[in-house]
Amino acid sequence: MKFIGRMVLLIVVLAVLAAGWLFFRGGSQPVPREASKVDATALKDPALIAKGQYLATVGDCAACHTTQGGIPYAGGRVLATPFGNITAPNITPDHATGLGDWSFEDFWQALHSGKGRHGELLYPVFSYTSYTKVHRDDALAIYAYLQSLPATNNPASPLGLTFPYNVRNSLKAWRALYFKEGEYQSERSKSASWNRGAYLVQGLGHCNECHIARDALGGARDDAALSGGQIPEQNWYAPDLSTQANGGLQGWSEDDIVDLLKTGKSARGTAFGPMAEVVARSTQHIQDDDLRSIAEYLRSLPPRPTMKPVELPFDTKALADRGKGVYEKQCADCHGKDGKGVSGVYPPLDGNSSVNEPTGINATRVVLLGGFPPATQGNARPYSMPPFAQQLNDLDVAAVVTYIRTSWSNRALPVRERDVSTFRHTPID
Amino acid sequence: MITTAAQHPRFAHGLAILAVMALWLGGAGTALHAADDAAPAVPDTLQQRIAACTACHGTHGEGSPDSGFFPRLAGKPAGYLARQLQDFKDGLRKYAPMEYTTRFLSPEYMQEIAQYFAAQQVAYSPSPVPRVSADIMKRGETLVTQGDPARQLPACGACHGSQLTGVQPDIPGLVGLPYDYISSQLGSWRTRTRAMAAPDCMAEIANRLSDADISAVSAYLATRELPADMHAQAPGSVKPPLHCGVLEANRSGA
Repeated sequence: MKFIGRMVLLIVVLAVLAAGWLFFRGGSQPVPREASKVDATALKDPALIAKGQYLATVGDCAACHTTQGGIPYAGGRVLATPFGNITAPNITPDHATGLGDWSFEDFWQALHSGKGRHGELLYPVFSYTSYTKVHRDDALAIYAYLQSLPATNNPASPLGLTFPYNVRNSLKAWRALYFKEGEYQSERSKSASWNRGAYLVQGLGHCNECHIARDALGGARDDAALSGGQIPEQNWYAPDLSTQANGGLQGWSEDDIVDLLKTGKSARGTAFGPMAEVVARSTQHIQDDDLRSIAEYLRSLPPRPTMKPVELPFDTKALADRGKGVYEKQCADCHGKDGKGVSGVYPPLDGNSSVNEPTGINATRVVLLGGFPPATQGNARPYSMPPFAQQLNDLDVAAVVTYIRTSWSNRALPVRERDVSTFRHTPID
Repeated sequence: MITTAAQHPRFAHGLAILAVMALWLGGAGTALHAADDAAPAVPDTLQQRIAACTACHGTHGEGSPDSGFFPRLAGKPAGYLARQLQDFKDGLRKYAPMEYTTRFLSPEYMQEIAQYFAAQQVAYSPSPVPRVSADIMKRGETLVTQGDPARQLPACGACHGSQLTGVQPDIPGLVGLPYDYISSQLGSWRTRTRAMAAPDCMAEIANRLSDADISAVSAYLATRELPADMHAQAPGSVKPPLHCGVLEANRSGA
């Protein structure tokens, strides 16, 4: 699949090359700060900076633009993509290595149009496919905030991309397929709160960058927004976010969604893996009315089609029986024999979106890794789960995950021993 | 519909008390089945909360003395333990499962977890020791007790206390640790998979040691007879001969 995808891309690139040098010219001049139409003193307004700080937190800019243990926003985190590694740049106002020379016009061009200062096309690992929806006044606040940070000298690492992906102009083809530039447009028939939720989810929140399936070119279908998908390279499954019939969050109430985003846990499930990071850095700091808006919008996502009953790939009874034994010994003390968990402490497994997601990756990796939900204001001393990687072999992990995914009301596909062996060795970051 | 004990607070409270009593009377055990169809009763204790830690390090932080793979945490100085959690979180110490586990803990929670393990009193159990020659053991003893001034290697006790049991609140003890653990930590400082805030004094020392020195020092420390009192010395009772970033940061904060 991947091979075919890359061949397709190669052909597209060659076609673009053949279309002529003219097509490739591109490029533009940066707008010097002195020439910016934005009043420099206005940028120093503490209220604007505070608003920008809040919006940068909602957008979780620091997640990518900060390396582990590093200075916030000084870049350096290596983002793995199927096409190679890209290091997130320094966005502090350092002149030599950050955004010190960037005018607001340059910043806007990056956020809104996905182009660098000189008009070069940016790789969409910088999620401008979502950020293009951000309103200009919000972008200005974020810019003012970033410019108020202490300047940190931290040069960017070279791109870890090889041909054809290192040809930036190959992105012209990608953008034609997957990028629609334009600010968020309110839907008049909906409430202000719904529109605020849609704006945050689709724009700054960039939820759809993970919660969607990606094709071989790393693009996403725009009619499948928020319907869930495997996060490339990270190998976690970001579930479908519809709360309606057949949705990944079927039955979640507004409170459930708000609780999860605010505290990292809810009556329906607990944040772990990449979502724990999102909660810890970003959503726990979002104001209550914005969280309510986000929940209102998510609850309006449409029902999903009924899944056709799938032919089981093998007789799962023996595996599930074995898994029942493992479950009763290792899991039932906390999650209950009935899989209902303990309210406010241990999440239910029955009906849990992360247990039932299509791939089985999440349940498998959580069993292997265990760990803590994020420590948040609403859950400052979280209960944790033991890692079972040392205790259980691949067969027992496959058995217990299969048992969990096929018990109670759960009707998900089994997990095989070899799947466990794959994910046992998936890098953690 | 999810029905749990927590939706019936009084009942849950009763269950919790019964369960805790059962635990005491039974002496041990983690399975707390009050009734088969009720949600499990969960003690509101730190020990219960940190199952992710105790699964490998033991309920009381006893570690795995047989293999030395999961280090003992019991009785180590709290400041030291809290800093290790922070160092894993920041990636100064590299071990993916620990980096994953600590990633979203707050400094306050890490401090509380560190204090839990620091307060545990667990008898020391012997660990396997490699067979080494008397010469190597002697070389280890010399390096540990006297250092090597020619190579600017201080004696271990200059920082880790006269009995090598550590110094409150930040310096760990070196006795009662398995050979594999000590040698792998010294190795980690050289390969930069274990580091501390700069200046990293232990990295300097580990880099002044040869491979043979590391084996000798580790063998001697792992076999050294344990002092009667294994507690860390009082704060401020040593004057480290090297600049140590972590100690200076803590002093200025105190």
